[in-house]
Amino acid sequence: MNKLKPSAAPVAPGRDIKTIVNASLKRRHAAERRFRWYGLIAIGLGLIFVALMFTNIIGKGYPAFWQAYVQVPITFDPAVIDPQGNRDPKAIETADYAALVRAGMRQLFPAVQGRLELRALYGLISSDAAYELQRQVQQNPALIGASQEVWLLTSATVDTFVKGNIDRTLDETERLVKDNQIEWIDKLLAAGKIQKQFNTVLFGNGDSREPEQAGIRGALMGSFFTLVVTFLLSFPIGVATAVYLEEFAPKNRWTDLIEVNINNLAAVPSIVFGLLGLAVFINFFGLPRSAPLVGGLVLSLMTLPVIIIAGRAALTSVPPSIREAALGMGASKLQTVGHHVLPLAMPGMLTGSIIGMARALGESAPLLMIGMVAFIVDVPKSFMDPATVLPVQIYLWSDLPERAFVERTSAAIMVLLAFMILMNGLAIVLRKRFERRW
Amino acid sequence: MSTTAVETAVSLDNALSTAIGARKQSSVEVTDYDSRQTVGKITVDHPKMICREVNVYYGEKHAIKNVGLDIGTNEVIAFIGPSGCGKSTFLRCLNRMNDTIPICRVTGQIKLDDDDVYDKSIDVVQLRARVGMVFQKPNPFPKSIYENVAYGPRIHGMVNNKTELDELVRDSLERAGLIKEVEKRLDEPGTSLSGGQQQRLCIARAIAVNPEVILMDEPCSALDPIATAKIEELIDELRENYTIVIVTHSMQQAARVSQRTAYFHLGDLIEIGDTDQIFTNPRHKLTEDYITGRFG
Ligand SMILES: Nc1ncnc2c1ncn2[C@@H]1O[C@H](COP(=O)(O)OP(=O)(O)OP(=O)(O)O)[C@@H](O)[C@H]1O
Ligand SMILES: [Mg+2]
Repeated sequence: MNKLKPSAAPVAPGRDIKTIVNASLKRRHAAERRFRWYGLIAIGLGLIFVALMFTNIIGKGYPAFWQAYVQVPITFDPAVIDPQGNRDPKAIETADYAALVRAGMRQLFPAVQGRLELRALYGLISSDAAYELQRQVQQNPALIGASQEVWLLTSATVDTFVKGNIDRTLDETERLVKDNQIEWIDKLLAAGKIQKQFNTVLFGNGDSREPEQAGIRGALMGSFFTLVVTFLLSFPIGVATAVYLEEFAPKNRWTDLIEVNINNLAAVPSIVFGLLGLAVFINFFGLPRSAPLVGGLVLSLMTLPVIIIAGRAALTSVPPSIREAALGMGASKLQTVGHHVLPLAMPGMLTGSIIGMARALGESAPLLMIGMVAFIVDVPKSFMDPATVLPVQIYLWSDLPERAFVERTSAAIMVLLAFMILMNGLAIVLRKRFERRW
Repeated sequence: MSTTAVETAVSLDNALSTAIGARKQSSVEVTDYDSRQTVGKITVDHPKMICREVNVYYGEKHAIKNVGLDIGTNEVIAFIGPSGCGKSTFLRCLNRMNDTIPICRVTGQIKLDDDDVYDKSIDVVQLRARVGMVFQKPNPFPKSIYENVAYGPRIHGMVNNKTELDELVRDSLERAGLIKEVEKRLDEPGTSLSGGQQQRLCIARAIAVNPEVILMDEPCSALDPIATAKIEELIDELRENYTIVIVTHSMQQAARVSQRTAYFHLGDLIEIGDTDQIFTNPRHKLTEDYITGRFG
């Protein structure tokens, strides 16, 4: 003990601590500056890529929110719509509205003659126009016999042309719009009879083969139903599992095994869950294909481990002194957890869950396996209707060559991103709400 | 009452130092270092708790070795001893807080009045309502001051309506000497109080369920001398209605607040007796070393 002499300083003679530190100070500061620069460069690069992605997507997708409409004089000819004159709904439903549209177009351009020319003229209008007239008449039978200017959806080619995405200097054979059609469109534009209006079709319709009639409503509803199932299953089960494992389960080899398995499950590629869902829910339990219910079940399998892990992390971060305080008061284990631990862990759990849900919202691979990739026109109305989801819709559209679908792909991506941002915002709001209670 | 308590404590302090100085020359028989037998009388006339042959193991580690002692009704008993000797471990046996540690195993007998604490038929919920606890670090719930105190009565269903609860909360805060400071801010979070106030809030929370015994594990170790003095006064007052077991590292504190003192060393109960006697006339070499500060 006494062998150490107090004067035996470990510093070289003649150099005090000040000079030694000063010598290395420059190097240390330089290292710090370098590190900061690395960080700034990394963040800068990240921001550049995010900006590139957003400008690309928004630049491409923005036009899809507008759609070209043409104003056509329509005579709701009773002879066509209701030849019997008894307002029979059946007759009104099955009437030849396309003939009204054709008549309207002929009225716009009376000079057009000949079968081919007329076909080209009719080609300016979307086939949806006839259904639009049908809807209007069904809603308001008083229209029959009247004459009215009606805004009708143009065909996708006209829309693309109006948006300036078809080069009119190209040779006619390489163009989708022919010379005579361009002539008509120019005339209509000059007369103010073609206008770009907000694209309600995009948010009102399901998928369609005709790009101007294709919308994301079906996919949105599919995503909604799927996520509802996912949340209702994975949140309560995930929270209960996390609470049980963290607060109640004995620590032994079995719980260790379960823990390892849950951690592994979180890392399993999502497509594997799709295969599992196909084998179990569809082939074994006989649930319908393409149903949001099955999609939700599959995504729950995928989201559960994430929620459990986040939940356990949130629970362990609650200081043990709180548990001791409650137990010391004579609270039972369940009361301790329910009154004190869980409320404190809730913000963390919610954050984890919403991140898991956002991941589920963006997931497509496992849903391909269970048939949610089918071409579905009808908007799903329940958990059992065939449906697809937003990311799958994006995947489907991205495969199609038409310019209008390229636009819509980007627009759908924008909607998806908007929902992601919304969910993250919700996570932040909920977290803040819960935190303020304490 | 309060000033007298502190004065008594100070005078006891002085008596203590002179007595220790005097004892060095005296020639009373002192048990040697090697003896691990408990010195002193472990029994009392009116025991509230009776502990016999208590052994505690943390896995392989034998943390409490064959300890037996009585805790008298309405007395303050202090557990002292070097760090790691098992004071907290033994204290936590008394309300079975050790149950929360999976590797902890307790054998022997601990009785609260006539009930065997470790009996299968005893529910820890009931036991902990009867034997309250105040921890070393103030640990109020992250809720309002009111909710902190109201929590115990609520979960045990001790009150029938809001008025009764209000009254109980105020009464508990008053007995904990905190009411003046928090009267206007019962809705503020308990964590917004100072350390000393938080500890008194924890005491108020503990006495709100009207326990029979209160266990305190170094309740003043995180507090300044003024806050400490307040808590010591409080302990002195609480003694009228409760039995108090206090673990402390401060010899002065043990001398000031307790009637009996138990000295632990490496899991053994070395010596137990009246506080005056332990501090003025220790009968075991280890005790003497410890209270005179000669202990390593
Ligand atoms: N949870 C635990 N697991 C394993 N060993 C423990 C545990 N708690 C305490 N011990 C051991 O038991 C012995 C007694 O610990 P205890 O906390 O009772 O000491 P103490 O007298 O309260 O000390 P201090 O004065 O420092 O608080 C120590 O050797 C300690 O290492
Ligand atoms: Mg301790």
